[in-house]
Amino acid sequence: MAGSTSRVPVEKTYKIYIDGKFPRTESGRFFPLEDSDGEVIANICRGSRKDFRNSVVAARKAFPGWSSASAYLRGQIIYRIAEMLEGRREQFIAELHLQGLSKRRAKKEVDATIDRLIYYAGWSDKYQQVFSAVNPVSSSHFNFSVMEATGVVSVLAPNESSLLGLVSNIVPAIVGGNTCVVLASEEMPLCAVSFAEVLHAADVPGGVVNILTGYREELTGQFASHMDVNAIIYCDSDTDVAKEIEISAADNIKRVVNRTNTDWAQEKSQNPYLIKETQETKTTWHPIGS
Amino acid sequence: MSVTAIRETGHLPDLSRVPLVDEVGVEERSARFQTRSIKKESKVEALRMVLSMIDLTTLEGQDTPGKVQQLCQKAIHLHDAMPGLPHVAAVCVYPTMVGVAKKALGKNNIKVASVATAFPSGMAPRQIKLEETRIAVDEGADEIDMVISRGAFLQGDYGFVFDEIAAIREACGDAHLKVILETGELGTLDRVRRASVLAMHAGADFIKTSTGKIQPAATLPVTLVMLQAIRDYFYETGRMVGMKPAGGISSAKLAIHYLVMLRETLGAAWMTPAWYRFGASSLANDVLMQLRKQATGIYQSADYFSKD
Amino acid sequence: MSTDPSKLAFNAGWQYAPAPESTDHVTIDEQYDLFIGGEFSPPGEGRYFETINPATEERLSSVALAGEADVDRAVKAARKAYAGPWSKMKAAERGKYIFRIARILQERAREFSVVESLDGGKPIRESRDIDIPLAAAHFFYYAGWADKLEYAFPGRRPHSLGVAGQVIPWNFPLLMAAWKIAPALACGNTVVLKPAETTPLTALKLAEVIQEADLPPGVVNIITGAGDTGAAIVNHPDVDKIAFTGSTEVGRIIQRSLAGTGKKYTLELGGKAANIIFADAAIDQAVEGIVNGIFFNQGHVCCAGSRLLVQESVADEVITKLKDRMETLIVGDPLDKNTDIGAINSAEQLDTIRSYLSIGREEGAEMYQSSCEVPDTGYWCRPTIFTGVSQSNRIVQEEIFGPVLAIQTFRTLEEGLTKANNTPYGLSGGVWTDKGAKIFKMTQNIRAGVIWANTFNKFDPTSPFGGYKESGVGREGGLHGLDAYLRLES
Repeated sequence: MAGSTSRVPVEKTYKIYIDGKFPRTESGRFFPLEDSDGEVIANICRGSRKDFRNSVVAARKAFPGWSSASAYLRGQIIYRIAEMLEGRREQFIAELHLQGLSKRRAKKEVDATIDRLIYYAGWSDKYQQVFSAVNPVSSSHFNFSVMEATGVVSVLAPNESSLLGLVSNIVPAIVGGNTCVVLASEEMPLCAVSFAEVLHAADVPGGVVNILTGYREELTGQFASHMDVNAIIYCDSDTDVAKEIEISAADNIKRVVNRTNTDWAQEKSQNPYLIKETQETKTTWHPIGS
Repeated sequence: MSVTAIRETGHLPDLSRVPLVDEVGVEERSARFQTRSIKKESKVEALRMVLSMIDLTTLEGQDTPGKVQQLCQKAIHLHDAMPGLPHVAAVCVYPTMVGVAKKALGKNNIKVASVATAFPSGMAPRQIKLEETRIAVDEGADEIDMVISRGAFLQGDYGFVFDEIAAIREACGDAHLKVILETGELGTLDRVRRASVLAMHAGADFIKTSTGKIQPAATLPVTLVMLQAIRDYFYETGRMVGMKPAGGISSAKLAIHYLVMLRETLGAAWMTPAWYRFGASSLANDVLMQLRKQATGIYQSADYFSKD
Repeated sequence: MSTDPSKLAFNAGWQYAPAPESTDHVTIDEQYDLFIGGEFSPPGEGRYFETINPATEERLSSVALAGEADVDRAVKAARKAYAGPWSKMKAAERGKYIFRIARILQERAREFSVVESLDGGKPIRESRDIDIPLAAAHFFYYAGWADKLEYAFPGRRPHSLGVAGQVIPWNFPLLMAAWKIAPALACGNTVVLKPAETTPLTALKLAEVIQEADLPPGVVNIITGAGDTGAAIVNHPDVDKIAFTGSTEVGRIIQRSLAGTGKKYTLELGGKAANIIFADAAIDQAVEGIVNGIFFNQGHVCCAGSRLLVQESVADEVITKLKDRMETLIVGDPLDKNTDIGAINSAEQLDTIRSYLSIGREEGAEMYQSSCEVPDTGYWCRPTIFTGVSQSNRIVQEEIFGPVLAIQTFRTLEEGLTKANNTPYGLSGGVWTDKGAKIFKMTQNIRAGVIWANTFNKFDPTSPFGGYKESGVGREGGLHGLDAYLRLES
């Protein structure tokens, strides 16, 4: 990569993102990410079950604060993520290109990702109004149903859409007040790590989004079975894996969100119903009297 | 349980500590009493109990000695066609009619209750209220039904109301004091509860819902709140206080529901005329008709029961 | 009268004479077959099982035991009805059929109430005033949705799913059938429903109503049986959606068996709700709420307020008043209009409850039961409270599903909240305080799907019901209950 100048470029260490910090995996393991020519692009952390466990602890800790933050604030923070990403457009295009996308496709994906963030930033203080209800019960009670975040969500981000797909799954969860632990695309993990840096720069509170890199095969079971995770989102279309995920999810009756076969580039792949998939309906009753 | 209650007219209680009341919850509970199905022998027993708890009442501007005498006659002879009926607990009249009633009732062990304290509004100077009370007692009233000063109560002048009740209590001497809260003018169940506590601490022997001159008069929810206040006061002091719902209770069925409420709120000790009364004028005949129906299996006509 | 003059006496003096609801107008057949394709037909293997009256232990009827082949027959009938008339029918017409069901249920309400109480043991007051009217109301509510579904989901086009397999519990037999069938039909699906094995009769009577309403054959199929029958429905490959109400244990098995099938599912599972009483609550109404929370339907209620959290400064007052109130509860003949607490649903459930009573005592908790008499035959449990318990007691952690309340105290709001949420369940919760801001603080922070503030155990067809965490997935009731029976397209 060194050009004709005499300066030696500083290469980036790709680390994982837990609780607002960038540690290396506690396991000390890594795997080499190669380009199509077999050249090593970077060494990627091979996250462990302990990294996942620590991430869930961080996500659980962040949940009360983030879920009770005002919708306006969450919207602004998500908008801020878009601003930060816009500023680093070139870096993300370069990373996608490095991982095999054409320059044109890379540019398109980064732009779409930024726009998607803006889309959901705008939903932060609106989905509640769309999905809530005042229920006309027959007795002398005021009764209403509102959306509340499900809790800690584990996200097995799509393998093939490493930035747009990643963001399209994280943002509907967090705009609704959930916190999450994300497993990045195994084949194209670079953008996920860089996106973590964008989240950090955008003042997303530590623990709200935790991003791990590593092997799917090793970590999927953990993501699906952890008893302190309330919902799991998966995008892989392998039916055996899907079955394994759903079986493990039943340990604590996790909500299972299946987003296989989604073309994340399409406009219909963004909608408030994706927010609703990690929301609970809470219904409250109160007497009307004196 | 000793009936010679401690007449502790201590001091004004801290009304901020009086439990709050949720109206909808009270209404739900009241409705629940009305789902009790009282049949057969328990219905007969209840009807007889209701009769024995009635304060047969006439409180009209047009009352005359003749009218009061007729009422007393009715009190003694509820329905002679049915022997063995209990007599009502009392007749309730204005102070000027106490002497008439006393004489008409003779030795029948039916009490004479007199309203006092500028009934029904209570809008008179205290010395007049005290004097009226003393006159009624002197005339032979066994029980005094006073009204509280609702204006002062609503103004928040609880001390005034308390002192007034305590003073009337003293003026009653040996006569029993029933304190009418006139709940229809208090507006909320929270105020009903507070007024109940205040009246009991000031020395009331009974607390009573209404004058009968204001709507709403007695209701099941209001009565429930007052019974719960009586229960808490009993737990706190050991003193039993009686209860008298008045006004608007004209059917036997409704009266039985009041008894159900009493049974399930204060229990057996209160289920006597010594501790529970109905202030009513037309209730007795409906109860009599029901008793007759229970005995004969035939539904009755009002034409066969004397209206006095 | 009580021997202690400082106590109130509720068991002396005037008593209520028995007031049994008449059973004259009710006929229960000697034997019931499976309701498949609009007709009653015998089970393939010819097996039947008995359903008994838990208040007398007497046999009421025999009902068919559906085997796998019967389940398949029912699913085929449902599929045929779906492909045939039902999915092609104009939505408004579909709605009219559902309205008919509601109306006939209202007409036959008294009969249904009696059968519900006979078969399940619940007091007639509840089946008459709550279960049956609510079931009818549920059909009436969802009937109106049939031709309005597109208004419920902005920006989406709703589509029916196909055949819904529904497995329901024994605590609210007809009401749960209504919760399941009404939205399924309104959304254009057909149904195979299995009532619980101890309470099949009102569902079979509902089959008669469905015949009377002249629904196209196969739109609703009602088949009886036990766990194996339920499993056969869940695992049938041609069922598109599973709706289950029951224990978390079985819900977990169902979620696992549906893994990888792509079937949609809703699960209404267990609960261990906290009912939180603050010192500034309207105490007398709160006591009523406690009673309603745990003694309603013998405590056989997944959303029961089975954990009482009472602020320390009013704990003595609340417990004293609660004990008084418990003395006035009448336990006995479910058909007596004055009965407050009926029979425990089955011998098996009574064993479960009794084992928890032993566990509670062995763990050192203090048990108090009301002094009422209970009949000699039948399954009964007096209203019971445990004091001196903590979060670590099993009777605090586990769902007992009986009239058994575990009482704990708390000092601060945060402590109350922490204890309330310290459970894998999240179905419901109660909070009692007169302070508005505190109500919202609590209702926002209790992690549960239904929160009753200054009330408890209220239900309405328009009101979504369902849990967080291990209490289930999805909602039933209200607009939100439609989601479970639709596929939404953009």
